[in-house]
Amino acid sequence: MTTTQPPQTEQPAKPPPGRRTRRRPGDLVFENSARLSGVLILVILAAVAVFLLVQALPALSENQGNFLTDTEWAPSGDAPSFGVAALVFGTLLAAVLALVIATPVAVGIALFISHYAPRRLASLLGYVVDLLAAIPSVVYGLWGITWLMPQIGPFFEGLNRYLGFIPIFAGPVASPPRTILTASIVLAVMILPIVTAVAREVFLKTPTMHEEAALALGATRWEMIRMAVLPFGRSGVISAAMLGLGRALGETMAVAMVLSPGLLIDFFLLQAGHHQTIAALIALQFPEASTLQVSALIAAGLVLFAITLVVNMAARYIVSRRKEFTE
Amino acid sequence: MAKRIDVSGLNVYYGAFRAVEDVSMTIEPRSVTAFIGPSGCGKSTYLRALNRMHEVIPGTRVEGKVLLDDQDIYAANVDPVAVRGQIGMVFQRPNPFPTMSIYDNVIAGVRLNGRRMPKAELDALVERALRGANLWNEVKDRLNRPGAGLSGGQQQRLCIARAIAVRPDVLLMDEPCSALDPISTLAIEDLIAELKTEYTIVIVTHNMQQAARVSETTAFFNLSAPGKGGMLVEMGDTNKIFTNPDKKDTENYITGRFG
Ligand SMILES: Nc1ncnc2c1ncn2[C@@H]1O[C@H](COP(=O)(O)OP(=O)(O)O)[C@@H](O)[C@H]1O
Ligand SMILES: [Mg+2]
Repeated sequence: MTTTQPPQTEQPAKPPPGRRTRRRPGDLVFENSARLSGVLILVILAAVAVFLLVQALPALSENQGNFLTDTEWAPSGDAPSFGVAALVFGTLLAAVLALVIATPVAVGIALFISHYAPRRLASLLGYVVDLLAAIPSVVYGLWGITWLMPQIGPFFEGLNRYLGFIPIFAGPVASPPRTILTASIVLAVMILPIVTAVAREVFLKTPTMHEEAALALGATRWEMIRMAVLPFGRSGVISAAMLGLGRALGETMAVAMVLSPGLLIDFFLLQAGHHQTIAALIALQFPEASTLQVSALIAAGLVLFAITLVVNMAARYIVSRRKEFTE
Repeated sequence: MAKRIDVSGLNVYYGAFRAVEDVSMTIEPRSVTAFIGPSGCGKSTYLRALNRMHEVIPGTRVEGKVLLDDQDIYAANVDPVAVRGQIGMVFQRPNPFPTMSIYDNVIAGVRLNGRRMPKAELDALVERALRGANLWNEVKDRLNRPGAGLSGGQQQRLCIARAIAVRPDVLLMDEPCSALDPISTLAIEDLIAELKTEYTIVIVTHNMQQAARVSETTAFFNLSAPGKGGMLVEMGDTNKIFTNPDKKDTENYITGRFG
């Protein structure tokens, strides 16, 4: 995604004598338009980053606090002071929780579709999953508020009662449960279809010869999946999860609708008013923000931009690290 | 080890298409049986029906009987997974698990069903299987390297090592050399000659010299009619099949007059 190498402009080094072929016009047109789009993407990316930076500068220069380490967010008045520490934490917490909840479920559904379900059912399910992936996130937010919130309250009570000794489930349980865990569950449901769809594609591509290798050794279906399908699909599942993570990180509406915001850095998942995400903060505050506040929000947006970039690069790294064993 | 296979009246169907028509034969233990015949005459299909690998493909069906010594592998209470543990298979294209090391590839089958073994025992087993597949000397210093990094012929021997590591009674090989160069092919043929002292071996081959070199018994398959499935034309002592076959079709095929 973020290739930083300059586009190759030179011809392939010295074609062997006598085999020099004339380049066809079609090839040239395609090659150049492909190159142009590649460059264009980089230019746009850079332009967006520069734009955000310029817009953020006024607030950053007037900031009395430390932008990176402070947790409070008060970018107004005579002494504006704001920092993204709590917001970054909240953003990552919500996204990672969503991922932790969604990925195993997505892998399970994808495996069921690709390797267990009869063919008819499999194609029906695949179709449904693709449909779910297309639902706008506002709808998931509404679903979270109207359906999930009332249902999840008793479940959280139970979590707290039986697992309350684990700090993350400590009380008092918020009611209504406008907590980070609820938001993460909504996010998880939101990213579930896309992660499932990508994982299913990958699992379906498992080479038959490796599946047969496992089965011919006397593997059961599950053992075959463990020996052939999962190792083959590993990097694809990681990419799928990162795709989901990217979506969860940038998600505004579902979180803004469900979560009761706060700016603490802690892991109390069942308590309201403890966390907030960057995207939801921007969505909530932008409409009524003063010039300076907008500038501060843009600075926060820039941080989100950087996080997403880092996540994507990390994903690439993880995927490429095990190349040797997968090619 | 090394069991006899008794097939009677075997038909194999893909949906409505009968790809193998009414084949009966006896495959002797501790010997090599070669299947020859033009492509599309059902050799692979038939071979896969001998360890129930065809069931992996949806829509397949089998009629008839396959006995492994006295055990009917299609009996209602027999688990296909167990059958495949007893009757191993080597495929046309070498298929080591690409994410596993050489060592892990060899013990892949042994690790199944949650079996646990002390490390020393595993090490011994890996060495035995790799020696059995004539591969030990070539890979003993890089057991933890990926199996996919070996040459094609080495990969195929690795697959054989993996198959014999679970100590099957029978080894089925479907054109195991067709993707290999001549040197690797010879290495595999030597290996087959050694393995037959311990296993019942069935090999499908397109290469008639190979059939003549490695097998004691040869079975010639042919299409029963254009557009129909395959059938067993003739089976017998390899020398006889190649020098003095009973059937005209067999003679035509081995002398290269058709196929
Ligand atoms: N998966 C399959 N589905 C349907 N028909 C198949 C399948 N595999 C093989 N066949 C058919 O069965 C016949 C025998 O094929 P095969 O056993 O591969 O022959 P051989 O190994 O002798 O070349 C051929 O007509 C082939 O088209
Ligand atoms: Mg074949």
